[in-house]
Amino acid sequence: MGRNIKVNVEYLTRVEGHGNIVVNVNDGVLEDCKLEIVESPRFFEGMLRGRSIFEAQHVTSRICGICACGHSLASIQAAEDAIGFKPSDQTIRLRKLLLHMENLDSHLLHIYLLVAPDLLGVKSFVPLIDSHNKVVRRALRMKKTCNDVCDILAGRHIHPISSIVGGWTKLPDEKALDAMLAYLTGMVPDLNATAELAASLKFPELQRDTEYVALVSDDAEYPLLMGDVGSTDGVRMNKKDYKKITNEFIVPHSSAKHTKLSRESYAVGALARFNLNYDKLRKEAKEIAAAVGMKPKITNPYLNTAAQLIECVHSLYEAIDIVKSFKEKGVDHTEAIVVGLNEQKRIKVKAGIGVGAVEVPRGLLFHQYEVDDKGIIVNANCIIPTGQNCNNIEHDMKKLVPEILDKTEEEITLALEMLVRAYDPCISCSAHFLDVKFVR
Amino acid sequence: MTKPKVAFFDFACCEGCQLQVANLGEALLDILEVIDVVEFREVMSEKWNQSFDIAIIEGSITTNHAVERIKEIRARSKVLIAYGSCATIGGVNGMKNNFELKDVRQYVYQEKAEFFDTIPTRSVPQVVNVDYFVNGCPIYPPEFIRVLKAALAGLPYHVPDSSVCIECKLNENICMYERGLSCAGPITRAGCNSWCVNNGNICYGCRGMVSNPNENGFKAVLEKYDITVDLIMNKMNMYNKCREIK
Repeated sequence: MGRNIKVNVEYLTRVEGHGNIVVNVNDGVLEDCKLEIVESPRFFEGMLRGRSIFEAQHVTSRICGICACGHSLASIQAAEDAIGFKPSDQTIRLRKLLLHMENLDSHLLHIYLLVAPDLLGVKSFVPLIDSHNKVVRRALRMKKTCNDVCDILAGRHIHPISSIVGGWTKLPDEKALDAMLAYLTGMVPDLNATAELAASLKFPELQRDTEYVALVSDDAEYPLLMGDVGSTDGVRMNKKDYKKITNEFIVPHSSAKHTKLSRESYAVGALARFNLNYDKLRKEAKEIAAAVGMKPKITNPYLNTAAQLIECVHSLYEAIDIVKSFKEKGVDHTEAIVVGLNEQKRIKVKAGIGVGAVEVPRGLLFHQYEVDDKGIIVNANCIIPTGQNCNNIEHDMKKLVPEILDKTEEEITLALEMLVRAYDPCISCSAHFLDVKFVR
Repeated sequence: MTKPKVAFFDFACCEGCQLQVANLGEALLDILEVIDVVEFREVMSEKWNQSFDIAIIEGSITTNHAVERIKEIRARSKVLIAYGSCATIGGVNGMKNNFELKDVRQYVYQEKAEFFDTIPTRSVPQVVNVDYFVNGCPIYPPEFIRVLKAALAGLPYHVPDSSVCIECKLNENICMYERGLSCAGPITRAGCNSWCVNNGNICYGCRGMVSNPNENGFKAVLEKYDITVDLIMNKMNMYNKCREIK
């Protein structure tokens, strides 16, 4: 007789949003292995219809509090693409700064508050306040620094205020640049200490080769805000063809809508970006990669957390460089705009369809809008990173469970939870998840 | 003295208000010294099955299951705090109520629409009794601290019932109407220190309407600047649509 194992994790903790893990091993045979998404659907795409394209990013940043800047940037990109507006070089550089701050902030939250407790054998960061007080303080301090920079740049990190379709409603003055630079450079020692900590942590073992998907480009910069969509299986497409990348499909055993490209599933996120764009990382980030022993192609999904750390280093130094470049070349304050709902027709609008593709903390995020000639949204579609990763997570779980059948149910459950958490899933972004199974 | 048992719960929302709490930085550790957080799914694996001194609720109520869950939490809580626009006034989730439920489900989930339990969006006080309110999308951290202190001390907290314009003027911003734009500040509840206008954007009304807006004064402003009431109402229902449900 083989073993019977039932894992049923209801309301997975330390992830963003609500999800369940269901595993059923009968007589030593894996019969069922699912990540169920039980987030209440919020119908964002449906709600956007009839609203002005100039308030779209305001609404869509509310899809997710943790990557609000990323949603807002993807939304703005899609909106500008739809109405045919070209942002200025200064606007783009400031948007890149905002995106770096968000990736840094979100990765730090994930590494310290959500993953570290697993690696240190505790249930949350709370007991770490006593056992690892310095580490917890460092984490909170770095998180706050990211927020403080976002406050200066965009009014706040959660649901940014000043970054809008067309540009920025306020632009940093000399004092703001100095303050941001002081915050960023002040963070370097803490981030170095983080890297040392990470090099000492042991991540679980699991190898499963999969297709990794991320933005790619021909220039020298690690692409986060712009580029084509590429994969480790050699796919390269324009972002406008995102539906040919995601190929959403319904699987027969549940009502789950999954994505796939060249194989049965694909992964997006920090590890995908690392695998596709390693050469374009800054040397400081590559040094950390060497210290933790990582070089593409990494096929252990648990190492997504390590890839996030490498990206933290990259983003911090890139952010410092962007602020320094503004200090040298100055900020053109005549570019500041405020358009409201564009009721004064300050920005020219035409009917069209636009796509935004942005690398947010958890991976590639797509927004698509169709607008009429008055700039009113007719159709909207958002495909979030976690939606794309769900299928890949299930395939990882199917590979993992048979390898750890000799362990206790408790250990198996923890290994599965840690696997799902490694992807840093953002389930509250469930703008349109079909991975819901209500009837068993 | 034992520390009060505090739990955080989320319903339909972006979880940004919880993050605002996490974003307090090291100040969070000071708060954790005076309370005992017993459940907070986003950052803790622990669960608690006894009663709560304070339950802090984020998100709006959009499914039948959520109705049952919030009632159960209410029954176990001495004090219940609704925090964030989704909880206090329905927030952006209320925009769903602009459409027929059937239509909005079909649009997003097509042939699978019937799998998704959904009811018209309601704010938390439309379902259970609420003791304290922290308005805003997201919450304004200084206000959250004020409310938490009041709740811990058993004192009342009165949400400001004046308009955002008052704070905005104290901050010496140029009026958005003077800049040729329309802004929800004149009828929106203060308490955020005119956060958005300070950063060059307009007010979107995320803290809900003041209880007794100066309707005639506002109409005069709209007339002066040739702005239709419809435009403002459309803007206000981004957060306040749930007001219509009695």
